[in-house]
Amino acid sequence: MAVADQQRVSYIASQAADIRLNVELQTEEMTLNLGPQHPATHGTLRIIARLDGEQVVKADVVCGYMHRGYEKLTEVRTYPQITTLINRIDWLSSFANEVPFILAAEDLMEVEAPPRAQWIRTLFFELSRIANITLFIGEMGVQLGAITPVFFAFRDREYVLNLIESATGGRFHPNFDRIGGIKDDLPKGWIAETKDAMRRIRGYCDELEDLLMGNEIFEARTRGVGVIPAEVGLSYGLSGANIRASGVDWDLRRDAPSPLAWKELDWKVWTHPDGDSFARYWVRLQETREATKMVDQLLDGLPSGPIQAKVPRIIKVPAGEAWCHTENPLGEMGYYIVSQGGLGPFRVKIRSASFHNVSITPWLLEGVYVPDIITILSSLYFILGDIDR
Amino acid sequence: MSSADPAAGATKATDDRQQALLEDLTTRLGDAVIGSHIRTGDLWVRIRREDWLRAAQECKAMSFDYFCHLSGIDWLPHTWPNPKVIEAPGAVDAEGTDASPPEAEAGFETDEPSSGEIVTGFAGGDTRFQVLARLYSTVRHIGVTLKADLDDVAPSIQTWTGEYPGADWCERETYEMYGFDFIGHPNLIKLYLPGEFEGFPLRKDFPLLAREVKPWPGLVDVELFPSTYEDPAEAAAPAAEEGA
Repeated sequence: MAVADQQRVSYIASQAADIRLNVELQTEEMTLNLGPQHPATHGTLRIIARLDGEQVVKADVVCGYMHRGYEKLTEVRTYPQITTLINRIDWLSSFANEVPFILAAEDLMEVEAPPRAQWIRTLFFELSRIANITLFIGEMGVQLGAITPVFFAFRDREYVLNLIESATGGRFHPNFDRIGGIKDDLPKGWIAETKDAMRRIRGYCDELEDLLMGNEIFEARTRGVGVIPAEVGLSYGLSGANIRASGVDWDLRRDAPSPLAWKELDWKVWTHPDGDSFARYWVRLQETREATKMVDQLLDGLPSGPIQAKVPRIIKVPAGEAWCHTENPLGEMGYYIVSQGGLGPFRVKIRSASFHNVSITPWLLEGVYVPDIITILSSLYFILGDIDR
Repeated sequence: MSSADPAAGATKATDDRQQALLEDLTTRLGDAVIGSHIRTGDLWVRIRREDWLRAAQECKAMSFDYFCHLSGIDWLPHTWPNPKVIEAPGAVDAEGTDASPPEAEAGFETDEPSSGEIVTGFAGGDTRFQVLARLYSTVRHIGVTLKADLDDVAPSIQTWTGEYPGADWCERETYEMYGFDFIGHPNLIKLYLPGEFEGFPLRKDFPLLAREVKPWPGLVDVELFPSTYEDPAEAAAPAAEEGA
């Protein structure tokens, strides 16, 4: 916070000095267009910034370049078909998208998956969290000019993707979750390999901590940049690591009732009081490490038994409404399902985390300097598929 | 995975919390609350349209600090999945709104109401359009879904952007998808769709052209099985034969 304040104070002081000298600087606003294609946007997001010198006066966010109309499409599909669609909302952690939808449908059907299925769900949920956030913590470096971390990220993320692929058959889109359980059991030898991969991911986290956390340039570019006060963030609907970095101790894995196995594990919710870009990065790095520990515990405690509850061959969901949300890698992801009986839902409202996380950017970008736009955007960490749905 | 009994106890306890919250809301909002529903630890409250903004203000005062989402529902019956479309192409619109009762002859025994009459969900409803929003308290760890009925012809309601700035984009999305007017919204323009786009895609009478051209792809799987699949045991038997 201090650096941004210093910058603002010096800006105001220089203007005050100009006024004292009776010098009136003629400044003309210019419009800077960022995107739709920009490396910091993970897809096609466009930012139109009105600049006064180096400072942003007003920023408009234009999205919709990738809008696929999933809410309409879900109305003409059966429940098992919908998981294929929602895999593609946040494509870096596809399995985590499936879980809340399946849980909401199970809630309406009053079906509960057996314990082993819930543990394997939790396992893949955390693996997709690692696959997602390892990319972020590498990518954040490359946005700020440090090339090395992103190579490490792609190298080590590969272990996790290979694990997901070997168990589910899908590298990016597992489509593995079913109503009443999961599709398959774990393959032979998978547990030992996963433990090995988790050890490497922890090594990767340590490496990145050494590379970036103590780096003076990285600190100067992230500390005090893009500060989000907790109450502002909450009223904008920010969730996940973005709001935990503002000091809000809130994690749906711990705080929401869920049939998944998080409550059985020993883990910690990381928060940071600062609310700046550095805090968001720091929280995500800690969460990745925490997730590897959770995966280890899940593998150790994996219960035996069936992986699928008894459900009808053709899934029909009774009439009713259900809301289910989980703590996805990007934040709170939820599905509001309205069923009127029958094979497909009547209406599905998809509450995706990035949509709300990015809706704060017009507020957040006001008054920042141009290079900080990139820092702020990449520290908020969004996936365009998660905004545009 | 705790055993069954404590889990049931937990559900009961959360339902008590929803009940207490509902009573609190009713005392604060008075007769603005015109419907409510409690189901497995979740609460639905239907608010009178004129008191939509006041409901947000009261909720904010009740420590509902987190804005979760806001959207709309069009309760016009839709007749999907509708295998009859295949049997008689062109007879019924796949997204048909008013056509003859489709489910009755469709080969499925469904619990769906016959088409033509509007059936609304939890907490009731009197009109075709509803706006729904969800708020959550990160202090009390409890959430509530608010609904309000909108006019059929000119749906409009007060904006929440003053109370919850996160409603800005949600209301823009609802505006372009349903055509709801949010009175007092500072910048009510389309969010996703191009400016010249006509129609409101998420309304039930908006045709999905992909399905007009090619009716739903899952049909073949469904036709193989008899309509009596309510009993899991019975459902398993034909599935086994199918496999053999």
